[in-house]
Amino acid sequence: MRIALPLAVMFALIAPALADDAANTTDPLPPKEVSFPFQGTFFGTYDREQLQRGFQVYKEVCSACHSLNRIAYHDLDGIGFDAAQIKALAAAAKIPAEPNDKGETYDSDGQRLTRPGIPADTLPAPFANEKAARANNNGALPPDLSVIVKAREGGAAYVYSLLSGFGQKPPPGFHVLANKYYNPYFAGRNISMPPPLTEGAVTYSDGTTASVDQEAKDVVTFLSWASEPKMEERKRMGFEVILFLLALAGLLYLSYRRVWRDMH
Amino acid sequence: MATTNTAEPTRRDFIHIATGTVAAVGVGLAAWPFIDQMNPSSAVLALSSVEIDIGSIQEGQQSVFMWRSKPVFVRRRTKKEIAEAEAVSMNDLPDKLARNLNLPEDAPATDKNRIEKPDWLIVIGICTHLGCIPLNNQGEFGGYLCPCHGSQYDTAGRIRKGPAPENLAVPPYAFIGPTKIKIG
Amino acid sequence: MSGNSTYEPKNGLSRWLDARLPIMRLAHDTMSTFPTPRNLNIWYTFGGILTFCLGVQIVTGIVLAMHYTPTAAAAFDSVENIRREVNYGWLLNFIHSNGASMFFLAVYLHMFRGLYYGSSKAPREVLWILGVIIYVVMVATAFLGYVLPWGQMSFWAATVITNLFTSLDQIIPHLGGAHDPGLGTTITQWLWGGFAVGDPTLNRFFSLHYLLPFVIAGLVVLHIWALHVPGNNNPLGIDVKGPQDTVPFHPYYTVKDGFYLCLFVILFAFLVFFAPDFVGNPDNYTPANPLVTPPHIVPEWYLLPFYAMLRSIPQKLVGVLVLFGAIATLLFVPWLDTSRVRSMRFRPLMKQFFWIFVADCLLLGYLGSQEPQAVWHLGGVDVPLLWPARIGTLYYFAFFWVIMPVIGLIETPRPRPDSIAASVLGNAQAAE
Repeated sequence: MRIALPLAVMFALIAPALADDAANTTDPLPPKEVSFPFQGTFFGTYDREQLQRGFQVYKEVCSACHSLNRIAYHDLDGIGFDAAQIKALAAAAKIPAEPNDKGETYDSDGQRLTRPGIPADTLPAPFANEKAARANNNGALPPDLSVIVKAREGGAAYVYSLLSGFGQKPPPGFHVLANKYYNPYFAGRNISMPPPLTEGAVTYSDGTTASVDQEAKDVVTFLSWASEPKMEERKRMGFEVILFLLALAGLLYLSYRRVWRDMH
Repeated sequence: MATTNTAEPTRRDFIHIATGTVAAVGVGLAAWPFIDQMNPSSAVLALSSVEIDIGSIQEGQQSVFMWRSKPVFVRRRTKKEIAEAEAVSMNDLPDKLARNLNLPEDAPATDKNRIEKPDWLIVIGICTHLGCIPLNNQGEFGGYLCPCHGSQYDTAGRIRKGPAPENLAVPPYAFIGPTKIKIG
Repeated sequence: MSGNSTYEPKNGLSRWLDARLPIMRLAHDTMSTFPTPRNLNIWYTFGGILTFCLGVQIVTGIVLAMHYTPTAAAAFDSVENIRREVNYGWLLNFIHSNGASMFFLAVYLHMFRGLYYGSSKAPREVLWILGVIIYVVMVATAFLGYVLPWGQMSFWAATVITNLFTSLDQIIPHLGGAHDPGLGTTITQWLWGGFAVGDPTLNRFFSLHYLLPFVIAGLVVLHIWALHVPGNNNPLGIDVKGPQDTVPFHPYYTVKDGFYLCLFVILFAFLVFFAPDFVGNPDNYTPANPLVTPPHIVPEWYLLPFYAMLRSIPQKLVGVLVLFGAIATLLFVPWLDTSRVRSMRFRPLMKQFFWIFVADCLLLGYLGSQEPQAVWHLGGVDVPLLWPARIGTLYYFAFFWVIMPVIGLIETPRPRPDSIAASVLGNAQAAE
């Protein structure tokens, strides 16, 4: 025990460090070192202004190719919009309509019939189905972004690195495939998505300068919120629950000592 | 050896009472999410009110819309139908209450108390007997006939004959434009 | 020990009930006055903790099932609906998913405790075997449950594990004519309800996942019954000699278990509220796609050691036999350990091998999480992880089939105290 256990623990601790770290140019770089204010384990909260800027980036840039089909307009009260703003946003959206009285869903030009949105509607998708999405994107499928931050190893840091990692020169000898772009943070480094963010791609209504880095941070904050709108409520409740449990543990310990007082 | 404490709770046992109480409170608080999860979710609540454009309904026609999973009859009444409804005396009504969720419970079932604008009759299309959907423009009273057990309603959706105990319910609604209503 | 009941009904209603269904008497005898060794330590609290975990999983599971849809088209969406729209759905979901991990953490500590203190030895062999059966049903339940969210990992883990049965094709290549599928493929397609994991698979997995926890509950009743016949073992491994060695279960162990349960729940709450996805895999947030295999399929952490063992054997059928053999081995422990001394506190040599075994399980777990082709660079030598995995697997089997029998025979144990009471009083005197 005296020898075996410490040896075992030591080995268990160094084992990960012994693992392979290939210096191969198609392996992705680890995500950039970046921390977002909402990532605080206990006290992280979202900045409502940043969420709204991020939503603007999604709406004006990303939604051309990426759906966000688990967010309904009424959920946007979570990023600080009031009921009137939500109603207006929804009404400005074109939602695929139910069949009309003739049973049609397309008009005579072959365009999908739409109706204005209501707060209960989820955000409409840019393409009707997967095949349409691929046909419009050289065979690649832009994934839905509702849970993208949770669905990728590295989370928010990864998505931020990806979005702000375009424009770098590939290393000599690296082959950028047709219809793909070089991004060192993406597995294989050949990504189908063209660089989505440019300086001034959106004009922020609160006057913030729209650099690529700012746009990336804002949209990643928004997408993190979209992946888990209940995050702030979760942490707040966690704080209260753990405090309660610590108090209860203290009381239980005192009860335990009282019961066992004469036993030893 | 353990000494048994047979006296009534003294300061020594207070700790156990305190611990037990706090634990019980914790269990109670923990139970709430399990109960509340059965309440309507936010997706369901988002559909708790709907806005409907009724401008395309012709005079004498009815459209049916869904609200909170229930059918709502929106009927554009003709002048004749309005006059008939207004002329009915309270004595002829088996159910004398308006059953209008926009008005107090004891409001009488006059035609005025059944509508916002006389042209438009808006009622929940569920027979108050056993829940079937009444048929439009049938029965002796120009209103509705329920095919299940023969209840008949007039042009203000009030029960006139048959086993149904109450007038068709009027849902909470308001006009938000000349031909636009919000229900719920 | 099963002695005479001292329950006395206090009022008319209690007497009436006691004469018809003596359930209060049963509760009194098993959970209140039950004589329990007075020297049980923290490692003995996991039985109560496990009962709590089972209750939590069942209750959260039942309410989650009120909102879940077990079809391929809607399963992932229904889980997201729970997380986003259902009142407290996120909380119930995270309790259930992290609860499975806490359940396995507790069961592994419970099992290691049993090995260390010799709780599997006579007369507790059936108790131990029931425990192994409960563990197997737990593993099955966890596997079935993981498929239900229908993420990428759900789908592909289901595919890989059900495909294990195709290894039986080696035994009977064709059932019937030369073009008929073999035994393994037939069984696998029977499990799937089709030619691949799909809707029929998901639906039946949901049905079984709902069923098995109640089977576990029944087995737990038998497990506790089997425990109460001889009574609890204790850290000294020596038998109870009389009432001076025991205390009534209530209040002594109700309050002690309550305290340690509270600490366990604090850890559980930390996971649920502050790191709910920590033990999970990001790939399971991508909806299942039968045409795209994730680059790195891994099971949840509690199955990693067995995954490492499976992957360390290149031959498919042998790998499967090793996997099931590793769990089946546990059934024989009461007879594999030849020592007449129960507790490893008094077995200095066996104790060393035990701790190496613990380290081995941790190592295998780590290896199971790595990519199959990963390599260690040790001072200029490239060691494919396959080799530590094979050595680890070898030690696992050697620990049970070689070390346990042999060491029990050749070891000189340390002298044990005369009785539990003597030991406890001796400690008290030494402490003064």
